Amino acid sequence: MPLDTATKQPTLAIDPICKMEIGPNSAFASRQIGAETFYFCSAQCAHQFDQEKDQAASPGPATTAVAPTLTREEQDQAREYQTLVKKFWFAATISVPVVALSYPSFIPVLRDLLPAGSLQLRIVWGLLGLMTIPVMAWSGSQFFIGIWAALKHRQANMHTLIAIGISAAWLYSGVAVLFPDIFPAMELAEVFYDVTTVVTALVVLGLALELKAKGRTSEAIKKLIGLQAKTARIIRDGKETDIPVEEVLVNDIVLVRPGEKIPVDGTLTEGSSNIDESMITGESIPVEKHVGDEVIGSTMNQTGSFRFRATKVGKDTALAQIIRLVQDAQGSKAPIQRVVDKVSHYFVPTVMILAVASAVVWFVLGPQPALIYALIVFVTTLIIACPCALGLATPTSLTVGIGKGAEHGILIRSGDALQTAQRLQTIVLDKTGTITKGKPELTDVVAERGFDEGTVLRLAAAVERNSEHPLASAIVEGAQARGLVLSEALGFNAVPGHGVEAEVEGYQVLLGNAKLLTDQVIGLGQLEIKARQIADLGKTPMYLAIDGQAAGIIAAADTVKPDSVAAIAALKRLGIEVAMLTGDNRRTAEAIGREVGVDRVLAEVLPQDKAHEVQKLQLEGKVVGMVGDGINDAPALAQADVGLAIGTGTDVAIEAADITLISGSLNGVVMAVEISKATMRNVTQNLFGAFIYNSLGIPVAMGILYPMLGLLLSPILAAAAMAASSVTVVTNANRLRGWKPKEAF
Amino acid sequence: MTPVDFVVITAGLLLIVGIAWFFWGPRQGGTRAALTSGGYQEAMILVKGGYTPDLIVVQHGKPVRLNFRREETASCSEMVVFGDFGKSAKLPEGEIVPVEFVPDKPGEYTFACQMGMLHGKLIVE
Repeated sequence: MPLDTATKQPTLAIDPICKMEIGPNSAFASRQIGAETFYFCSAQCAHQFDQEKDQAASPGPATTAVAPTLTREEQDQAREYQTLVKKFWFAATISVPVVALSYPSFIPVLRDLLPAGSLQLRIVWGLLGLMTIPVMAWSGSQFFIGIWAALKHRQANMHTLIAIGISAAWLYSGVAVLFPDIFPAMELAEVFYDVTTVVTALVVLGLALELKAKGRTSEAIKKLIGLQAKTARIIRDGKETDIPVEEVLVNDIVLVRPGEKIPVDGTLTEGSSNIDESMITGESIPVEKHVGDEVIGSTMNQTGSFRFRATKVGKDTALAQIIRLVQDAQGSKAPIQRVVDKVSHYFVPTVMILAVASAVVWFVLGPQPALIYALIVFVTTLIIACPCALGLATPTSLTVGIGKGAEHGILIRSGDALQTAQRLQTIVLDKTGTITKGKPELTDVVAERGFDEGTVLRLAAAVERNSEHPLASAIVEGAQARGLVLSEALGFNAVPGHGVEAEVEGYQVLLGNAKLLTDQVIGLGQLEIKARQIADLGKTPMYLAIDGQAAGIIAAADTVKPDSVAAIAALKRLGIEVAMLTGDNRRTAEAIGREVGVDRVLAEVLPQDKAHEVQKLQLEGKVVGMVGDGINDAPALAQADVGLAIGTGTDVAIEAADITLISGSLNGVVMAVEISKATMRNVTQNLFGAFIYNSLGIPVAMGILYPMLGLLLSPILAAAAMAASSVTVVTNANRLRGWKPKEAF
Repeated sequence: MTPVDFVVITAGLLLIVGIAWFFWGPRQGGTRAALTSGGYQEAMILVKGGYTPDLIVVQHGKPVRLNFRREETASCSEMVVFGDFGKSAKLPEGEIVPVEFVPDKPGEYTFACQMGMLHGKLIVE
């Protein structure tokens, strides 16, 4: 912290304004604020400091804000739009007299005042030429700016084409006004100032509309950035203080009241509440949070108040990571665009060549006045070509599609991932943690004759309360959920590999596998068959013996998430083969597979072989998506054509994943596939439209219809068409904003 | 065919050849990125109607930092994309935006604006 060093009388102080290191003695000026002294390198810095005193003296944000540049970018865009609109109105206003006076022979009064070939007309045309200069110089400035730089790089773009087109029309008109005698016939000495002004007006209008529409494509990310909380109420030195969210530090205790936004990510330490996480996870049902649970910054607290310890702040929060991921993805290229880029590279020069070629052909073979036709064709061809429509087609749709995904809690990493996701043929779901909750729950309680279920469960849970086995907590939680009161267990003893024993409520209780009971010569009786049935369903049964007598079975299993079955059915409706991958034995796996309705079960797969199983499917010639948890399944996710990681709370930047599903639900997989399909369909429409537009428009502009139909396009119509084409592309991309999932729920 | 026609045809053909050569002809030159004390190979690139320089030579295996500075408002160039490296950056007007990556394999890589109108080439040795 530069300001702290300044107070400790260091050899060098740091100018708080320009950040230059200066010796306190050689400083130009100094200021005393409270206990701190500030030194300045120049009068300017000191002056600026005086003006911004409050800001400079405050400690400043401790962490970086999520996206400080966005507002600037928005302002830039708004300003650019305003300027374009003004430029349009200017060009449009000038266009009115220019058009009228360019064709006086069509206007009753003017016809008599300015007869063709008269000196008055030439003077008026000369004035028109002067009037069009500001239109080109200001309204059309963006076409000319950078043209030299571009030509120096031997590159050209749409602006180059327009600039050449409108200059050609202007220059021809200038020659016609100044040297009418060099034209072989009087009717050739025509002016085309109307082309210059109207084309400029239309193309500038197109640019403005396009900019506006493009701004809307990134609405999703603006919404995400807007989610950020502004302030946080933290407890420091035992006092509650409201501070800007940028100043929250890791390990700060943050207080959240009902209806307030959670400022940063953290772990709940006190209290409990329901939290609406829909803005991050896309999950509409509020989530119940208790002590020890993770809370996500920028989600909305609903009912309770609680305290939490901040674990991630600034650019490390889930929201900041999401924003960064989405921005990166929106900037990435889909493979389809590499083709477009190749086309773009040849496009503009090709159009120039075509324009020259058609002008020559018209001049040599065309009807009289050939020179005028040649000029019109040349200008029209340059103007109608719209490389922008081709160039805009993919990125705008991607921006909207990826943003749409983020709105639903689906983070698509890149255009590549999006394009591959729409081609998926097989989706492999890891069983544990993906189809199932990944945490065992109590599923069955069976009591032998002479015992009741309540007793069986109560005694089992009382014993298991002392155990650290993963199934133990499932049994304890199951018992508590049924409202059973557990007594103390005495003489607890774990028998490794078999189970546990203890004395509860005066009974000698054994809980474990069959061997635990048979070793103590306890007959299993009917229970053995029942246990096998339970095991066949993929659950883990445990025997309970009370005072040397088999009393019942307690079973626990990793249960299926409530929406897994529906999501798998939805994927199948989308025509995707669904496979389940698990380490379970085949019988168990088949049982679960049937329950959830997958097409294929890949059982008995060791964790290290998961990637291999994915590869085997790929060798069948399928495009394979793998859904897993991102940590244990990382190699399989990386092997798959598209790796989809099921989110784990606030850690959203999962490296191995192409797509991250923030909510744990499999529904996200369905949504991801649907979004990628919808987006790529939109991209294809755009590319097709832009391609068709150019491949029809350019030949028509070159006059291909003239020999048969006598049709020739005017440069002004060409300008309207070209402006409309790029606006159409962006508008079509914006249609995606209203996209709704069909199969996902 | 009149002599005028002949002149026009010849001029047109020459112009066409000229355009083709100008835009697609062989190029030379290129700027070698300077190695800084931080171990980065750095180069400054001006974005105005194109990338200056538009041909940058770097060595493989060492981190590269290209500092872009955009000096125009045309929305065409508001983003620079390195498709091969999965990198992209928004270029607010007048700000220096660094793009960093490590080129692992020698070869020729292109970078372009989002619409593919402006092109630059990165040669990795």
